[in-house]
Amino acid sequence: MATFFGEVVSVYSRAVEEDEYDDMTNEDEEDEQIRREIEEKRSVDVHWLSQTGGGAVACSDLIIAGGLNATGFISAYVLSSGGWTPLAWISLWNERSPGSRRADTAPGPEEPSCVLYQQNHNPSVLICQCSCYVAEDQLFQWTEKVMSCVQTRDLTVTVLSDCSAAEYKTSDYLSESSVPFLRSLRTSAHTGPVSSPALEQPNISTGLAAAVLSHCQVQRIPAVLHQCYSDVLQPDSLSMQMYRAAVSAVLKLDPSPSADVLQKITRVSELQSNLYT
Amino acid sequence: MFIASGDVVPSFKGFTLIMPAVSVGNVGQLAVDLIISTLNMARVGHFHTDCLIPMAGNNPYASSAEEAVQLSTCAEVYSHSDSKLAVLQIRTPIIQTKVRSFRKLMVSWIKSSGFLRSVLLSSSQAYHRDDQQLHGSPLRYLLTPSLQKEEAPRVEELGWKEMERISAFPGISDSEQRLYIPGGGVTKALYTDCCTEGISMAVLLIFCSEGDNVPDAFALVNHLNDWLHLLDKPAQGSVQWRVPPSWRLLFGSGVPPLLF
Repeated sequence: MATFFGEVVSVYSRAVEEDEYDDMTNEDEEDEQIRREIEEKRSVDVHWLSQTGGGAVACSDLIIAGGLNATGFISAYVLSSGGWTPLAWISLWNERSPGSRRADTAPGPEEPSCVLYQQNHNPSVLICQCSCYVAEDQLFQWTEKVMSCVQTRDLTVTVLSDCSAAEYKTSDYLSESSVPFLRSLRTSAHTGPVSSPALEQPNISTGLAAAVLSHCQVQRIPAVLHQCYSDVLQPDSLSMQMYRAAVSAVLKLDPSPSADVLQKITRVSELQSNLYT
Repeated sequence: MFIASGDVVPSFKGFTLIMPAVSVGNVGQLAVDLIISTLNMARVGHFHTDCLIPMAGNNPYASSAEEAVQLSTCAEVYSHSDSKLAVLQIRTPIIQTKVRSFRKLMVSWIKSSGFLRSVLLSSSQAYHRDDQQLHGSPLRYLLTPSLQKEEAPRVEELGWKEMERISAFPGISDSEQRLYIPGGGVTKALYTDCCTEGISMAVLLIFCSEGDNVPDAFALVNHLNDWLHLLDKPAQGSVQWRVPPSWRLLFGSGVPPLLF
């Protein structure tokens, strides 16, 4: 498109990626093979760590945490107390993953990962902590794979996710004192009480949380999402606190989080070095 | 895959299906929002597929606080059995690598549901218009051969303009003409699929540019209403479409009071 001054600028559209989706009709065998290989490379897999026979685990409560604050909360407030066993890990590769291919070995404690934990004294409570990036085209498959790990009978899913407060739309001005805050979304099958107010239109949820909720909605699994809106880019303890009420409805939380873990998570936001320190 | 939200799987036999193409300015999707909202259509199911980017929110058409809490997903089907109308709303873009399987899915669903006819609401980049397209109305239509027989006279009567085919090699030879819908997303390919599969489909599109596309949506939905008579046109003025509450804050949040 030419502007008023005559320069030709390329046009980007928020709705469509290309001018016209290319017909992939004149695609030869090689193209198809490449396409297949890419698809294979981007597929999502579950690797069981304990000998459960690989079948779905009986589960009454599944907590899925995605996003820095949500995974940080799980690490500091829940997993740090001990009593959780890693059950399975989910391997996937996309453009933000380190390395050029899917990992074959279970991720280390510091690496971005997606791990399913089981509570020792109550094996029907599971946590899926996902600190790695799941690309848009992998979300559907990721959800199907994770949900296939658990039996859906009498299952309730709790999703924890975070979002930037800048993305929250409201006709009132958001004052600094009101952030962070929590909003919830729930599937039609979920009838229990929810500790946070419902997410108002036109706000929506995207990514992992949306994929899980959509799956639960069509499968009629009770599920609730607690989305934390925070104005801090890095994980911070104040935003993490927000999930407390939501999660304590599912499991008993330690009154005090592990200071070591909390410090490790929030340290990234501290200034590493500047002229004056 | 279509999944009914209730226990009874609704029958769409003899229904007219209206669906958007995710295209420039999201005009088709906005127009579909107006139809669902104005006719107060009931949601009958979800379209659950890996071809669309997931999204979740509360009821976008809620008129009261009680209705507000109802989870809605990236693609949903609404129905109005009195007027034999079904509407598919798509709220997110199609994943680029899955465009072909999305088309396949749509074609097979339309076929198996027994729709009388389908209408695809779409848009195309205004700046791509050629000289002949610059004249007059920005609205165009396309009919598949199976719909051509019955609807061609009606369309003629309405004075609608068919989407022009353009020369594949302009200035050199005019013998080879092709359909060209830039910014139309899946429109052209889905239309072509429906032609070969013998599906009765009409494409209604508008030339537009991205920006505030609400007026384009009104133009498109009024154009559609001239043909399908979804709502009676008052003797004076135009049809009163109800803007859904989810269109609030299209241009961002409220202004901080400290500015003033």
